[in-house]
Amino acid sequence: MQNQRKIRVLIAKPGLDSHDRGAKILARALRDAGMEVIYTGLKQTPEQIVETALQEDVDVIGLSILSGAHKTLFPMIMELLKQKGLTDVLVVAGGIIPEEDVPEMKKLGIKGIFGPGTRTDEIIQYIFENVPKRI
Amino acid sequence: MRTLPKIQEIARGVLAGDRRSIARAITTIENNSPKAQELITSIFPHTGNAHVIGLTGPPGSGKSTLINKIIREYRRKGKTVGVIAVDPTSPFTGGAFLGDRIRMQELSTDQGVFIRSMATRNYLGGIAKATKNAAKVLDAAGKDIVIVETVGAGQSEVEIIKVAQTIVVLFAPGLGDEIQAIKAGIMEIADIFVVNKADRTNADKAVMDIQAMLQLNNKEKMWKPPLLKTTALTGEGVSQLIEKIEEHRLFLEKEFERKRSREKAEAELVEAIKEKVASSIIEELKREGKLEEFLQKILEKKMDPASIAEKLLNKKFGKQI
Repeated sequence: MQNQRKIRVLIAKPGLDSHDRGAKILARALRDAGMEVIYTGLKQTPEQIVETALQEDVDVIGLSILSGAHKTLFPMIMELLKQKGLTDVLVVAGGIIPEEDVPEMKKLGIKGIFGPGTRTDEIIQYIFENVPKRI
Repeated sequence: MRTLPKIQEIARGVLAGDRRSIARAITTIENNSPKAQELITSIFPHTGNAHVIGLTGPPGSGKSTLINKIIREYRRKGKTVGVIAVDPTSPFTGGAFLGDRIRMQELSTDQGVFIRSMATRNYLGGIAKATKNAAKVLDAAGKDIVIVETVGAGQSEVEIIKVAQTIVVLFAPGLGDEIQAIKAGIMEIADIFVVNKADRTNADKAVMDIQAMLQLNNKEKMWKPPLLKTTALTGEGVSQLIEKIEEHRLFLEKEFERKRSREKAEAELVEAIKEKVASSIIEELKREGKLEEFLQKILEKKMDPASIAEKLLNKKFGKQI
C-alpha cells in the first residue's frame, strides 16, 4: 500500500502581538509547497503551542513573534517541548528577532531564524532540508 | 531520524489514554503506514464505548465555533471529548490549510479534550479516508464523546454516515432558499437539524424552509429529526442541542443501534474488501509489468476502465463472478 506521508507544520503566534500577516502568508506558502499547515491563531501561551504540536503530531513548529518577548517565551516553549518528549520536532522562528539575540536563540535549539524580507521559498527549502525523517 | 516507538507500544499507549500515543496512532493511520492495520486490529476490541457525533454543513455555517461550545457543555457534564476536524487538501499541490482548530484553541490545554486536524488528502465525501479509524483511536483511548467535523459540505458529502451515530446538519441563514431544502443528499442524513447564527434577522426564514421540507417527510419514521436554533458565538441553544443528541443516543440504543451497527459493519466490510481486492490486483499488475499496458489502453481509448476491471476480475476469480 502506498505510504502517504506529508510534512505537518504548526504555525504559532506566541505572546501578545496581533500581527499575523506574515504568519498567514507563510502558512499559505507552505500549503502551496504541499505541506499540511495548522495555524493556532493569535495570543497563544507556550503551553497551548506545545500541547497543540503534540496533539497534531507535527514535524515542524514555526514561531512568529513581533512583540520582542522571544527571549522570555522561546525558552519556555523549548523547555516544554523537552518535557513532553517532543525533541525531534524542527523549530523555526520568524518576525522581529534582533541580530544580537540570534546566537542565544540558536543555543536554545532554534536553528532556522528568518527575519523581515526573507523569501518564502527560502523557508520552504530550509524545512525540506532539515525536517527530521521519520522511519 | 525520528524513530517511532513500536506499534504495540503505541497501541498500549492509546488504550491508556496517553496523548502522544493517540497522536502517533492517528498519524500512522493517516499515512497508511505498513503497521496501520496491526494497530487497528489491536485497538478494535476496545472500541464501541464512545458516542460518535458527525457535524456537517456548508462552509462558514459555524461548525467549528459550534463544536467549541459543544465541547464546553460536555466538559461541564464531566465527559471527555475527542474531535477530528477535517479540511480539504488542495488537488493541485497536495497541501492543506487546517483552520478549524483556531475556533477551539482555548480548549487545547484541557486534558479531557483531544483535538486533531485532518486533511482530506483528496478523499471524497467530506471526510478523510483515515477519519473512521482515527475516530476509533479516540474511542479506544476512552473519550466519551467523539465529534467529527466534515469539510464545508455542499450537497452530496454524505460519507459521514459511515462514521457517526448521530448526525447534526448545520445551516446558516441566507445560504439558500427552499429549493435547496428539497434537494437530496445531506438533507436526508440529518438526525438533528440546526440553524446556526439564529441572531441574524433572516434566521426564521431558514427555519421555515427546512420545517416545510420536514413536514413532507412524514413517512413512518421512528425518529423525527428535530430542528433547533443556535447562536454558536454566544452559546445560545447549545444545551438544548446536547439534550437532543442525548435523546438520539438513547433512541439508538433502544431501537436501532443493532440495525445501524449491522449496516455500518456491512459498509466497513464492503470497504475493506474493495480496498484489498483493488490493491492485490494492482500490485499483481505491477509485478507482472502489465499496469502501464492497461493504462495505455485507457489513454488511447482502446478499452474503458470498467471493461478492464471486469476482465481482471474474471481472470482472478474465474468466470462465475
